[in-house]
Amino acid sequence: MIITGDDGVLVQGITGKQGRFWTERMQACGTRVVAGVSPGRGGQRIHEVPVYDSVAEAAVAHDIAASVLFVPPLRARTAVVDAVEAGIGKVVCLAEHIPSHDVMAMLAAARAAGTRVLGPNTAGLVVPGEASVGIMPGFAPNIFAKGTVGVVSRSGSLGTLVSMDLITSGYGQSAFIGIGGDPILGTTTREAIATLVDHDGTDAIVVVGEIGGAMEEDAAELIAASGVPTVAFIAGRTAPPHRRMGHAGAIVTAGAGSGESKVAALRAAGATVVDIPSQIGPALAALEVMPTAREAA
Amino acid sequence: MVDLLEHQGKHLLREAGIAVPRGTLVSSPADAAHAAERLGGRVVCKAQVPAGRRGKAGAVQLVTSPAEAHDIATRLFGSDVGGHRVESLLVEEAVDIAAELYAAILNDPVSKGPLVLLSADGGMEIEEVSATRPERLHKLAVDIRTGLEPNAALTLVRRSALPTDVADPVAAALTRLYRVYRDTDASLVEVNPLVLTEAGDVVAIDAKVSIDTAAAPRQQHTLDTLPGVLPIEPGTDLEREAARLGLQFIELDGDVGVLANGAGLTMTTVDAISHFGGKPANFLEIGGDAYTKATPALRLVLSNPNVRSLLVNFCGAFARTDVMTEGVLNAIDELRPEIPIAFTIHGTGEREAIALVRDRLGITPHDQMDDAVRAAVTAARERQEVAS
Repeated sequence: MIITGDDGVLVQGITGKQGRFWTERMQACGTRVVAGVSPGRGGQRIHEVPVYDSVAEAAVAHDIAASVLFVPPLRARTAVVDAVEAGIGKVVCLAEHIPSHDVMAMLAAARAAGTRVLGPNTAGLVVPGEASVGIMPGFAPNIFAKGTVGVVSRSGSLGTLVSMDLITSGYGQSAFIGIGGDPILGTTTREAIATLVDHDGTDAIVVVGEIGGAMEEDAAELIAASGVPTVAFIAGRTAPPHRRMGHAGAIVTAGAGSGESKVAALRAAGATVVDIPSQIGPALAALEVMPTAREAA
Repeated sequence: MVDLLEHQGKHLLREAGIAVPRGTLVSSPADAAHAAERLGGRVVCKAQVPAGRRGKAGAVQLVTSPAEAHDIATRLFGSDVGGHRVESLLVEEAVDIAAELYAAILNDPVSKGPLVLLSADGGMEIEEVSATRPERLHKLAVDIRTGLEPNAALTLVRRSALPTDVADPVAAALTRLYRVYRDTDASLVEVNPLVLTEAGDVVAIDAKVSIDTAAAPRQQHTLDTLPGVLPIEPGTDLEREAARLGLQFIELDGDVGVLANGAGLTMTTVDAISHFGGKPANFLEIGGDAYTKATPALRLVLSNPNVRSLLVNFCGAFARTDVMTEGVLNAIDELRPEIPIAFTIHGTGEREAIALVRDRLGITPHDQMDDAVRAAVTAARERQEVAS
């Protein structure tokens, strides 16, 4: 999913400490925050943003394209379903430690209604020059600047490092899509890449993956078919193998999940796979992707 | 993930109305012999450890007399199975097996919902069935909002080439397994084998149940009412201590200590140390509230006598680097490590964080992560040369 500066954004949980803090920062990135929700606190204003008691009320009063949730993990399912039922098309779910059964339930509700979910356990989305929805430092000019490289990352902290390395190498970002670190995600690596392949402003893609799961392997076919220059980094390739109880998980991933498996699949798809993040910029240059960023601040 | 022991999983299955063999949990060879006698002599002794492939490891043994049960139990108690010390055995009556099935319900990242698996080829490595005879492994994606409906379970069973007269009881067992999965916030309920007996009953001979840690607050009753004690987390004593503090810590065999935030960045830091010719001493991720955890975190890293340098790599998105850095600096003040420290700090709060390091330690964090990694690797190597 991509969110532009014209899109109206709702902040669920806006009156909490994190909701307030990040509302101001998202505004500083150009995000058009049109409303907030906090049950029992309707009528307030937080950083000039009107607060409503429910998502339904906010959705009646404003044109809302996307919602971002600053709610605790055990309340996330209800909050996402509220957004889905209010007809909001895009939901960014930041919380970590949401029970997996709740994640599956909220994603099923979203899928049935045609709502796209980013996360859970994501740092969010940054479209430099347009909007930042979530908890990424979209306001920091040494980390994010308008450009043509789309980044897909499971991790927020590593995504920050990679984004900064891109700026250092002279590249800006068309979009940073933090898909999240949970095993079950609303938007997978493949789905995020599909968004970037279709995005007019994106000339190249950087995939920041991690060992475990099969999302990078699942994305390989699309990378090969798209023809978009792609550089990938997989974190954890030197990590000791983790214990796994039961065998059912291994069936679903069909042997995928190891660093070797991901690197092999991505290389076979034509992607350049680098060993450390600082090699991403030079790898893009070798693929003749043109630098576009202004000087790093 | 809380991986339950077999007998705990079977407790949940029995509560849901699924037949399991009669059995007793014992903690001594004498009790094993008593249990075998009470159950008719022909019993199976099963080591209760949270590890797979117990059969291959010799940790599941069929015996035909109480004396034999005593012998097997003597051999099994205290032995190591899959990295776990055997502390208890489940002694169960042997079941007359007519056919062995495989049944499981798990969280599926691809369909983003529960997935039911059923195969008529149970009792063996299910990976092998999946790899060599995938057409024998039947799958059904379930909408978690409606659950596994009886008709859907029956359709799945009919697809799996089982005799038609057992379709109804197997389908009933599947819907009960689904109930266990749903009611306990399980990420996995796996029965291999699910057995059809000569008498026509459906019996769960094994049970693997993993409960989602994130759901523990609302599953406290389930966890509290399980028989026996939960298996201890795998890993070293220090790793378990770290887990109790809410820190993810893995001991490695190198000499460069690592403090970083976020799993992705921490793995990358460990990878980068290897890339630049060093050896990481640990994986330690400290999260957003590192301010309170920095001292125990640093203590964990320094408790490894092999650590010759320390690399601190913070990249703040949600986590504020100034807050994390202040925590680490306070920890350094308290613990006064006598090893070189290399910092690299970026993202939210970096300006304040870098100033803090300069003011309090008189050193300047590296602009580039690679330079900090090289510095820590070089420092560790130099100190090794001095020591040797």
